Amino acid sequence: MKFLTTNFVKCAVKSCDASDLSFPLKYEECELQLQEHDFNPEFLISMLPRLNWDAVVQVAADLGNTSLPSTKPEGIENNEQLLKDLHSLLLETQIINGKMTCRHCGHIYYIKDSIANFLLPPHLANS
Amino acid sequence: MKDYLVYLSQAHVGFRRAELESLAEMHGFIADLSGLSEKSPFFVVQLENDEQAAQLIRRSVLSRAIYELWGQGATLDELHADVRHRSAALVSKYRLSSFKFDIVSYQGSRKSREQQLALINSFAYLALEGKIKMKNPDQIFTVLEAYSIVNQEPAPQPDYMYFGREVAVSERSRGVLERHEIAKRPYYGTTTFDAELALVSCNLAQARPGQLIYDPFVGTGSFALAAAHHGALAYGTDIDFRALKGKGPGRRLATNFEKYGTSHLFGDVLCMDFTHNAFRKNLVFDAIVCDPPYGVREGLKVCGTNREERFEGKEKIVIDGQYAYLRRDFIQPKKNYSLDLLLDDLLQFAAERLPVNGRLCFWMPVANDQDIPTLVPQHEKLQLVYNLVQEFNKWSRRLLVYAKRDANYKGTTITSQERGLQNDFRNRYFHKFK
Repeated sequence: MKFLTTNFVKCAVKSCDASDLSFPLKYEECELQLQEHDFNPEFLISMLPRLNWDAVVQVAADLGNTSLPSTKPEGIENNEQLLKDLHSLLLETQIINGKMTCRHCGHIYYIKDSIANFLLPPHLANS
Repeated sequence: MKDYLVYLSQAHVGFRRAELESLAEMHGFIADLSGLSEKSPFFVVQLENDEQAAQLIRRSVLSRAIYELWGQGATLDELHADVRHRSAALVSKYRLSSFKFDIVSYQGSRKSREQQLALINSFAYLALEGKIKMKNPDQIFTVLEAYSIVNQEPAPQPDYMYFGREVAVSERSRGVLERHEIAKRPYYGTTTFDAELALVSCNLAQARPGQLIYDPFVGTGSFALAAAHHGALAYGTDIDFRALKGKGPGRRLATNFEKYGTSHLFGDVLCMDFTHNAFRKNLVFDAIVCDPPYGVREGLKVCGTNREERFEGKEKIVIDGQYAYLRRDFIQPKKNYSLDLLLDDLLQFAAERLPVNGRLCFWMPVANDQDIPTLVPQHEKLQLVYNLVQEFNKWSRRLLVYAKRDANYKGTTITSQERGLQNDFRNRYFHKFK
């Protein structure tokens, strides 16, 4: 799973929908791998409006990266160094194995072989 | 406005108008396609300029090429008369360009070299002075002929002829179907969706660079690959972990993206039950494209159990100090679910997540064994823009295309309750087709 995807996914349990705590998930015991892609600033800039910056910072911190500014910087479009850092973080950083926990209900999801599993057990799915 | 000639493929003829309309709309213009008929591979359309013509055709899968029209006629004499008349205003711009001639004979028999040369030389009055270049000429002048088939042989003379200057060729003419052939992919399966129609679906979805496209039933990824082919970032989810995992190293979905050089547009695939969706509520998907699992090969599943009593209290089981259901090796049971309910969920999801004018495109199977009208699912926030049919022997499938409209729009709603059980495709597939 790409780091970028951590910015898109929350807890799948329906009763967590209303809680701000269900996004982002808490990332632990993650095994990371860098998968190189060509630097494409236009593509990255087109993705910026979709990002929840607070969640980018929070998940980066979960994974041990505390170098990001805590508020979304102005004019990222012209800041080549930051764009390169974001490229490497969002698009090249893969979580190969790991654990994602909902801060609201405490449910745990796993990432195995780079694929995150959001399937729910019956008592959480049927409710 | 100028006359342009479109040369279409005769594949999936019922889908061609929708594809071209969608591509025109995507580029911000409306093209009058009233000349297009299912019987003919040619039609004339009026467009602003070459740029618009290229925008209409370059990405098309069901077209072949577009030409600036220099003349047309039922006979060669008529054609020449029209070309002499029209070309006076057109030819000066290209007088010194390097060029070659091409001949397209729709349903025609192969011409000998002498016949080809005679036809080309009959245009000598154009007095082109540029260099003849067979490779990468500046301009390609094309004679296009439409023949009828009489007694399984091409008629001796064409029914109609056109002459034009090539402006753009389509994806199809650039070989996209050969490159996307499923059997040549490192990873595919028995239910891998047809590459051609996946590409068409993504044209109807207006997938383009800068967009996020979602396939909730991604399987082996035909739609995700097609969306990435058109430059969009593709995300997919599926309840079947095995499909996402692939068949081993070098034979998984990511490998297909590598083969097509679109790895950077492969967002992710996640194992997810669409009805218990983990994408955050305010994440906007620009389009949703999919072929929902109608369960002929495998019944449609979601998370949960139909046998509550068997699982009652199991959430309390603890192994090595941890709840069993929270353990890494826990396997989530699945239960059967109906396609009709799933389609309601899909429309609701699209109504919530698409931007204004964003599209939902999905395929729906319909049994043909009974003569009853098909009720198509509808949602009041989504406008049904196309309902296109691909016929098979005892069933057909429809590509349904919806556009999310703004808050003022209020359309009709047809839920699974109103549709009743008449579309119960799987049941009819097994019990009534015989």
